[in-house]
Amino acid sequence: MNAVDGFIYPNELELQWSVLIVLYPFITGLVAGAFILASLERVFNVQAVKPTYRLALLTALAFMLVAPLPLQLHLGHPERSFEMYLTPHTTSAMAMFGFVYLWYLLAVLVVEIWLEYRREIVLAWQGSSGLTRLGYATLALGSKNISPEALRIDDRAARLVTIVGIPSAFLLHGYVGFIFGSVKANPWWSTPMMPIVFLFSAIVSGIALVMLMYLAMTWFRRVPVDMTCLDTIARYLLYAFLIDLSLEVLDLLHRIYEADESFKTLDFMVHTRLFVSQIVLQIIAGTLVPIGLLAIGRHAADARLRRVVYITAGLLTLIGIFAMRWNVVIGGQLFSKSFLGYTTYKMAFATREGLGVAIVLLILPFVILAGLVRLLPPWPAPGRP
Amino acid sequence: MPPPDRRAFLLQTGKLLVLTASAAAAWDYVMAGEPEKTPDYDAAAHWWAMVIDVERCIGCGLCVRACKTENHVSLEPDCFRTWVERYEIDPDDPDHPHVTSPNGGYDGFPPVTNEGVKTFFVPKLCNQCADSPCVQVCPVGATFQTPDGVVLVDKDYCLGCRYCVQACPYGCRYIDPETHTADKCTLCYHRITRGLKPACVEICPTGARSLGDLKDPNDPIHEFLRTHKVHVLKPQMATHPKTFYNGLDGAVR
Repeated sequence: MNAVDGFIYPNELELQWSVLIVLYPFITGLVAGAFILASLERVFNVQAVKPTYRLALLTALAFMLVAPLPLQLHLGHPERSFEMYLTPHTTSAMAMFGFVYLWYLLAVLVVEIWLEYRREIVLAWQGSSGLTRLGYATLALGSKNISPEALRIDDRAARLVTIVGIPSAFLLHGYVGFIFGSVKANPWWSTPMMPIVFLFSAIVSGIALVMLMYLAMTWFRRVPVDMTCLDTIARYLLYAFLIDLSLEVLDLLHRIYEADESFKTLDFMVHTRLFVSQIVLQIIAGTLVPIGLLAIGRHAADARLRRVVYITAGLLTLIGIFAMRWNVVIGGQLFSKSFLGYTTYKMAFATREGLGVAIVLLILPFVILAGLVRLLPPWPAPGRP
Repeated sequence: MPPPDRRAFLLQTGKLLVLTASAAAAWDYVMAGEPEKTPDYDAAAHWWAMVIDVERCIGCGLCVRACKTENHVSLEPDCFRTWVERYEIDPDDPDHPHVTSPNGGYDGFPPVTNEGVKTFFVPKLCNQCADSPCVQVCPVGATFQTPDGVVLVDKDYCLGCRYCVQACPYGCRYIDPETHTADKCTLCYHRITRGLKPACVEICPTGARSLGDLKDPNDPIHEFLRTHKVHVLKPQMATHPKTFYNGLDGAVR
């Protein structure tokens, strides 16, 4: 039985949305953030981050493929989820998720990755035999045309896809924020700030992830780290973080100053049940410390020291953003809508929505990414024009 | 064995006929199901509402038990289509009411131990909101409002995503542990479409609950609403509830 303080409505005893629903905005956020970092090079011509361009795209794809799994596992009737495509209820903030997801996956990510890799796919097709040959031939969609003219068209098309992709990435994660922000019954969620806060925290987490993946990739390949690239990414991470922090502080100040009917209840919750995850992990360890580290550490003369700072800041950032998702999703269900009491979240391990499944779902994107990297190496191919 | 006498035979047969007829009629009511099985019922001709008279509720819990029995609601401690809350308000500290609802009030309430506090019971159930957030958010339309103003869930269509449970400001929804779909008060739709009262209304010994048809000009609910100062729960949510409370204290959430 869950521990209850004060009074909650009887039906509020069990939390409705579990750790899997924490993963959902966390993972889609990483996708959106990674893509936006990738688009820096393609659309805004930030050449310094070029070494991470392909890796960012593959990372986005790997996480995107996993994004619907926590939702699917959480449903009472997963076998009916396809109904959301067949008979979407147009007034529901949730009903569009399937379409937004498919649009982003199929019209943006897959197309951009295909255009980016088409030359290598064709070369691999020509240079292989047997099943591998068939596989690459299928990936190339049967076209062997990699003339300079064709590649130029690919490049222009990919640029167009990225231009469409940036608002799509904003849409994807802003929309996830709207799913929570539009629930007027829940004062912890209900704020028009939610989509924009989600979006910037997504950008922060995605940049941090790609930065760490880039460092991991160079370490695995035993190649030197491009410090200009790393410093540039760290700088963008800092900028995105400062915007994110400003938005969250604005939200906080607004709540404190307005102090509406829910304020005392929520304030008490933040200082008790959410203290560790909100104050310690999200705000101090996951936001202020990495911002401080990035702001000061990037001026260090020693490249090794800068790398250590970036790795620490990146890991803390991911923990902080995960804590932020946790505090939104779980925190929003710990207090009663009567504002008179609190319940607790007991996370099981070996259940369908337990910690074990959550850990597997967090590891799975990295397994997929390892496969994608083997299939489509993200480092620049030798001799690429 | 003597031959059966005609008078006794007729008496026996008559009793049997009456019993069979009443059993059949009772069975018909027991089996009363979906509205399509009541072809005479015109949903568009009704607009159902509930009136709760707070002053009359004695917290006996009969309504909670009747609801669970009538609607086969799980006996789990977090599955209630209706429940009863007891408020104890210290006049010196009205902002912090002491509220309890042991097992939803299923077994009634223990005696109040605090002296000098204002005490009253508040029965709760789905407010059948005219602008239901739960209907709005359902991604597949499994939750819907009937033409007579009742919010229902299609259990064969519900995904079990629980968005509606999050969207209800009143905590009136739960997930049925048997079907893994959303469940809530239906105003005993299977009964009201047969001209019966909801189980909780039927059983309430003090008449604290009554069903009304806002589209029926002769329904006493009009007179009641005209002559009483009624309130709805959380009017600031703009959900336009159709469960009206008479004598509701401002402290009730």
